[in-house]
Amino acid sequence: MTSQVEQSEAAADSPPVRAGAAGETVPVPQAPGEGASPGGAAKQVRRLDRVVIRFAGDSGDGMQLTGDRFTSETASFGNDLSTLPNFPAEIRAPAGTLPGVSSFQVHFADHDIMTPGDAPQVLVAMNPAALKANLSDLPAGGELIVNTDEFTKRALAKVGYGADPLQDGSLEAYRVHPVPLTTLTVEALKDSGLARKDAERAKNMFALGLLSWMYHRPTEGTETFLRSKFAKKPELAEANITAFRAGWNFGETTEDFAVSYEVAPARAAFPPGVYRNISGNTALAYGLIAASRRSGLPLYLGSYPITPASDVLHELSKHKNFGVRTFQAEDEIAGIGAALGAAFGGSLAVTTTSGPGVALKSETIGLAVSLELPLVVVDIQRGGPSTGLPTKTEQADLLQAMFGRNGEAPVPILAPSTPAECFTMAVEAARIALTWRTPVFLLSDGYLANGSEPWRVPEVDELPDLRVEFAREPNAPDGSGDFWPYLRDEDTLARPWAVPGTPGLEHRIGGIEKQDGTGNISYDPDNHDRMVRLRQAKVDRIAGSVAPITADDPGGRARVLVLGWGSTYGPITAAVRRLRADGQHIAQAHLRHLNPFPPGLGELLRSYDRVVVPEMNLGQLALLLRARHLVDVRSITQVRGLPFKAEQLAAELAEHIEETNRDA
Amino acid sequence: MPETTTPAGFPSLTLVPKADAPQSMKDFKSDQEVRWCPGCGDYAILAAVQSFLPELGLARENICFVSGIGCSSRFPYYLNTYGMHSIHGRAPAIATGLATSRRDLSVWVVTGDGDALSIGGNHLIHALRRNVNLKILLFNNRIYGLTKGQYSPTSEQGKITKSTPMGSLDAPFNPLSLAVGAEATFVARTIDSDRKHLQSVLRAAAEHEGSALVEIYQNCNIFNDGAFDALKEPGTRDSALIRLEHGQPIRFGAGGGTGVFRDPESGELFTAEVTEENAGRVLVHDAHADSPATAFALTRLADPQTLHRTPIGVLRSVRRPVYDTLMADQLAAATERHGEGDLAALLAGKDTWTVV
Repeated sequence: MTSQVEQSEAAADSPPVRAGAAGETVPVPQAPGEGASPGGAAKQVRRLDRVVIRFAGDSGDGMQLTGDRFTSETASFGNDLSTLPNFPAEIRAPAGTLPGVSSFQVHFADHDIMTPGDAPQVLVAMNPAALKANLSDLPAGGELIVNTDEFTKRALAKVGYGADPLQDGSLEAYRVHPVPLTTLTVEALKDSGLARKDAERAKNMFALGLLSWMYHRPTEGTETFLRSKFAKKPELAEANITAFRAGWNFGETTEDFAVSYEVAPARAAFPPGVYRNISGNTALAYGLIAASRRSGLPLYLGSYPITPASDVLHELSKHKNFGVRTFQAEDEIAGIGAALGAAFGGSLAVTTTSGPGVALKSETIGLAVSLELPLVVVDIQRGGPSTGLPTKTEQADLLQAMFGRNGEAPVPILAPSTPAECFTMAVEAARIALTWRTPVFLLSDGYLANGSEPWRVPEVDELPDLRVEFAREPNAPDGSGDFWPYLRDEDTLARPWAVPGTPGLEHRIGGIEKQDGTGNISYDPDNHDRMVRLRQAKVDRIAGSVAPITADDPGGRARVLVLGWGSTYGPITAAVRRLRADGQHIAQAHLRHLNPFPPGLGELLRSYDRVVVPEMNLGQLALLLRARHLVDVRSITQVRGLPFKAEQLAAELAEHIEETNRDA
Repeated sequence: MPETTTPAGFPSLTLVPKADAPQSMKDFKSDQEVRWCPGCGDYAILAAVQSFLPELGLARENICFVSGIGCSSRFPYYLNTYGMHSIHGRAPAIATGLATSRRDLSVWVVTGDGDALSIGGNHLIHALRRNVNLKILLFNNRIYGLTKGQYSPTSEQGKITKSTPMGSLDAPFNPLSLAVGAEATFVARTIDSDRKHLQSVLRAAAEHEGSALVEIYQNCNIFNDGAFDALKEPGTRDSALIRLEHGQPIRFGAGGGTGVFRDPESGELFTAEVTEENAGRVLVHDAHADSPATAFALTRLADPQTLHRTPIGVLRSVRRPVYDTLMADQLAAATERHGEGDLAALLAGKDTWTVV
């Protein structure tokens, strides 16, 4: 099936190394479980360099779990991968409706890839709603696996199908595999003793088994997972495993599936090391725990549940044996308030939220700016304004993070660019907060939070040393033996961190303007002017600890620079690869530090004829770049709640290249 | 000046290090000039607190006062302990983070009727129901002072102020009813002008394990002068004030001639002249009763307009597990169950593969 390669987004997303598309027969894989593969005709096995699969069903059908399991199998097999979960905000929207459709897209390959794929090559549709909601994304020639049991008159009518698309020829452009998934699952479980309704619920595992057979995925992990997930209900574990194996065996035996596919491990894509698959929110939580360990400070999370940030709260709550305190507060304000109180007491303090929560926390962030205490504020951005699109991604909180406080209240801002980088940037956020005694924004987003990719597990001792020194002695320069809480370090301009319990350093701090040095209340005009400038200068100095930004510009012949921040890294990089594979010249750079900007940014911007900034907002970084560097930055913007597609981005960048060449 | 008492007297503070030497009031005075209006009730409360703190015998550096915004919230600046003057209404939340992460600290919240009951009402009720080990001193002057005289959530209905020239429309909060309803384990009331009583209530609050809410009637001589005169003037105070003492019949008025009784039919409390015939039925105050019903009924005795029949003292003091302790216990239990966290093992997880 050559179409899987030819229509690929990775035509440029990948190096030009490609296994032959023509099938070559290799031994049939071993079936999972005890039963060896039943006889049957030897089936063809074809090699592919990459595949994009989308599982789609009702939000109660377990599509996220199915996708997660397929991803884990794929990760342990050694492919590079990238995922895109996409689900409604409603927990169980009315069954069978378009708003209730939940999907999970996974892209895996034998080489390094940057995105979850612009479009699926294989669509698994568990019901008519899933088909209708996703079919337009499936290119002609794509494979379509449909659960025919759900294509009843009523279900079809519910989503506006006048006729059954499986019968009326409207799916002729696709390779359709009609499979009665529900019936087959119930049949496989007829001896399980489960009620029909419970048996039906295992149909996602049947589908997973079938896809696992099609793509030669290892199966032990899923079986182990199911045994552990249903440890308290072994009959359910066995039923799900039975359904999973039945799905595999169905692929193996039925004639409809004549071909299976191999995607070889992406050995060349990964430097040596130990790898695991990790999502952005898990990586972020682990980064915070690692920062706690490396700083020697107990981790304190004050948080209020909010999509898509709650998983960080959930993850950290599991690790109390690391000395992690998680406090689910009465509201967003109390969440950050408790964190700030813990920071005063000497904890590594964190609050996690999404955009609407940041709005509520703003006053306390301003207090943290004034108190000059370390505090990591994690904003997993989602579509806004207001409640917006809770489960969809966006990058529109940059200016809120930058300016969303009263007064001159500078706050450093960081943004990870991939799910795995959420780990590194959480550690970096802690480093900056602890070193400069400041609140720090960590701007992730829904796409990074829920997406996953392989991650080289770092050795603990290669992580930065974040140890901090608390103030121990009175420091007054006048020899009075007093403690001055706002006497600054000459290098960093950070103030001393004197935690309660330290004798002789009793002091009072607050949100009222303080006298430089002593920290006493001061309304003096000159003092206020000085303190405002000192707080700004302190944040500006952080740039000195950050590596200068550089562009990836092979050959140095590019005239256009594409500059991104945050989760657009994957699509931008895929688009850049595509353009370069096409012989075009384009330079690429990516910002992880948004405030202050890293050294060298102004020079970099001025060294290209045109700077293009793709963002999932209406041009927020572009606004900052224009203001700071007086460069006529061009924006490519999109606010669809979804990541950029590499193909579309490449087309727009190509126009910029063409225009620039024409102007020359 | 009382000197250091035995630590055992303050079970809520057993984890807080003790002072090496006896302390005095001046140890707790900061070098900052006190900037309340002359004649403000806050001065009396500050002096009472400064002279009470040595009694605790705690290392001064392990005491922390957290406040919000308002006149009362300037309090921490004037005490030579650790302190934070935070933002409007949020002190209980901030203090919760401090207290739950540092059980070796004695954490106090100073707040006012606007700070605690208006903008910060949410944090107050949640701190109380969680039973965080915080001592919350609510200075109630029934007016907004720092913003120059608007009515507050405890102002009597119909109050004429700058923002309510035709009289306020709001029914006032009864802070103690609210606290009892919020599952507070310690609820008390006292008055700025009665230092002895104020200190006895502070002592009881400090002894209490968990959240303690102490409402302190405090006179604002600029914007609401005389708000509590009914409880202070020799001519009225005997009939207006009900001094509660655990285990004692609740009697007040001249010579204790009036008593609090419970109607056996409705369960309601009422007051009546004590006679030889009914003296045995005067309600005996039980601050430790499990049920909050009688404590709640006591909070309702006072007339919010006239303040007649205002109980002061400890209305309720019961034992319930303290949030900070429960949180620490979970950490200990997790460590016992899974061992001390192994970072390398956490990062690797269960499904790894190796690229060579």
